[in-house]
Amino acid sequence: MRAAAMTGQAAETRLWMRERLTRRRLAITIASLLVILAVLSMAAIAIGSEHIAFGEILNVMVSEITGRASGIQPEHQTIIAEIRLPRVLMAIIVGASLSVAGAGYQALLRNPLADPYILGISTGAAVGAILATLYGQALFVSRPLAAFVGALVTIGVVYVLGRGRQGTSTDRLILAGVITNSFCSSIVIFLLTALAGSRLPSAFSWLMGDMSGEFRLIPAAFVLMAAGMVVIFGCARSLNLLMIGEEDALALGVDVKRVKLVVYITASLITGASVAISGVIGFVGLIIPHAVRLAGGSDNRLVIPASALAGAAFLLLADTAGRTIVAPREIHVGVITALVGSPVFVYLLLRRMD
Amino acid sequence: MTSLLRVRDINFSYAGPILQGVSFDAAEADIVAVLGPNGSGKSTLLKTIVGILSPKSGTVSVESRDLAKLSRREAAQLIGYVAQESASMFPLTAMEYVLLGRFAFGKLIGFESDEDVREATRAMELTETYSFKSRPISELSGGERQRVMFARAIASRPRLLVLDEPAANLDIAHQVKMLDLMKRLTQERGMTVVLVTHELNLAAEFATRVLMLKSGRVHAFGEPSQVMTQRKLRELFEANLMVDVNPMSGAPRVTVSASDALH
Repeated sequence: MRAAAMTGQAAETRLWMRERLTRRRLAITIASLLVILAVLSMAAIAIGSEHIAFGEILNVMVSEITGRASGIQPEHQTIIAEIRLPRVLMAIIVGASLSVAGAGYQALLRNPLADPYILGISTGAAVGAILATLYGQALFVSRPLAAFVGALVTIGVVYVLGRGRQGTSTDRLILAGVITNSFCSSIVIFLLTALAGSRLPSAFSWLMGDMSGEFRLIPAAFVLMAAGMVVIFGCARSLNLLMIGEEDALALGVDVKRVKLVVYITASLITGASVAISGVIGFVGLIIPHAVRLAGGSDNRLVIPASALAGAAFLLLADTAGRTIVAPREIHVGVITALVGSPVFVYLLLRRMD
Repeated sequence: MTSLLRVRDINFSYAGPILQGVSFDAAEADIVAVLGPNGSGKSTLLKTIVGILSPKSGTVSVESRDLAKLSRREAAQLIGYVAQESASMFPLTAMEYVLLGRFAFGKLIGFESDEDVREATRAMELTETYSFKSRPISELSGGERQRVMFARAIASRPRLLVLDEPAANLDIAHQVKMLDLMKRLTQERGMTVVLVTHELNLAAEFATRVLMLKSGRVHAFGEPSQVMTQRKLRELFEANLMVDVNPMSGAPRVTVSASDALH
């Protein structure tokens, strides 16, 4: 009894602090996450087969920006500027994008279990990306664009399949996503084994995420994905209302059709871009927004930017773990995220069934 | 007296006709109770008044402004709405939930103003929900949640408040409290209320107008004492109802009898 009373009291105090989201709390949260992300980035650049000191990393960054000689070993300069930094940037932008896309889909579908991977959207994007790489020259479609179209088509199919007579039901939607994911995975494997030969990275890289290639796409992807995340953040307040239901949102003054269209398209765009540069990485969009809500509440004005930063940090951590724990071999980053993410998904699913 | 709400010849169909030629007016500070059996089109009528559904034909105007010509934002500034049940999987706090009612007054991007917080706080005090402002709505009881929903609707200081069975989850004391509050707001703020309810006696006590809806048509419309007659109510519900006069208030009093005296 006493224990119950005490936890009750603890909950009261904890919740009293967050009666609602304020500018101040948002600023403190974002600033703290930025610091964590910066420290993790430095660590990720330093860690590896060749250990690099923090001072050297700063030197190289200064020299890359100003063009002055850094005065450190040329091998280290190359490792930092051409191998580890691009990889860190890639993990950051992909982790951020998948988390923001997840938060966006969750609000639109009013379903905390929605995630670009679980809904099959990422794998659908992979089908598009692979088709573009195989036939892209004939069709004049670039890989990211095709991945975007793949993502958009998949969310459409899942939405229609998952819609029961009384609107979209949670379980139907998840089931539709799982089936679509499985179907698209088969197409990926079929295309890569039957048609691609050695022209493309293996199916394994596509289906489990690969952070080691496609660095040349990073600058363009960075701009596109950052812009997409800003657009979704701009819809945060409307998404708060959509979370409680479309009719309520309409009654309270939200232009529901427009917001849905903008967020669906933008979330699919950044999912497609993520897949195009790094393959399919699951569960990031599920775990991260959920953790953020648990720690900071459900207001999307916090959930979206905080998920971007926390997702970036998480994927950076997962990728660094993947390339160091069994070095010199690498574990695909999607394997790490699935190892962490699947139990979280099961936990959430069981808790919802109570 | 000019009417605040004008509903003119509303038709709505979905598979079959749901509303057929519904018209009525409500003046400032009126409380209109919509009565009728299940499936008579009550909820659909409310949704067309709020503008969530567009009628096939006919017009709804609030303060002489045609609802079809207003943006969602402009409409939301005039009309407050509480649906039958609005559950959320996401644990917004009660205060965050009530603040959603202020959406139409703020910027699309940004934070609530001091006035938004003041109005939300006031609405929560009026509905006696302020004490659990920090609790997630997913953890509230049905009755608590219904009061929070009501607070959300009045936080925007609407000219017209539309409620779908606002008292369904409340015990009798809270039902009377909510209706008292509603009455007070109609007098203090000149707000007009349209509500669907199955509580015939509460409708008789609190409503200034009663709209009876049967199979999508207006069966009767007028003051409770004029239209809540035994004959009209029996026709409406096809149930064995008896109507006499409440000796305390003088309003019609409806009682049910298990015996099938009708046949």
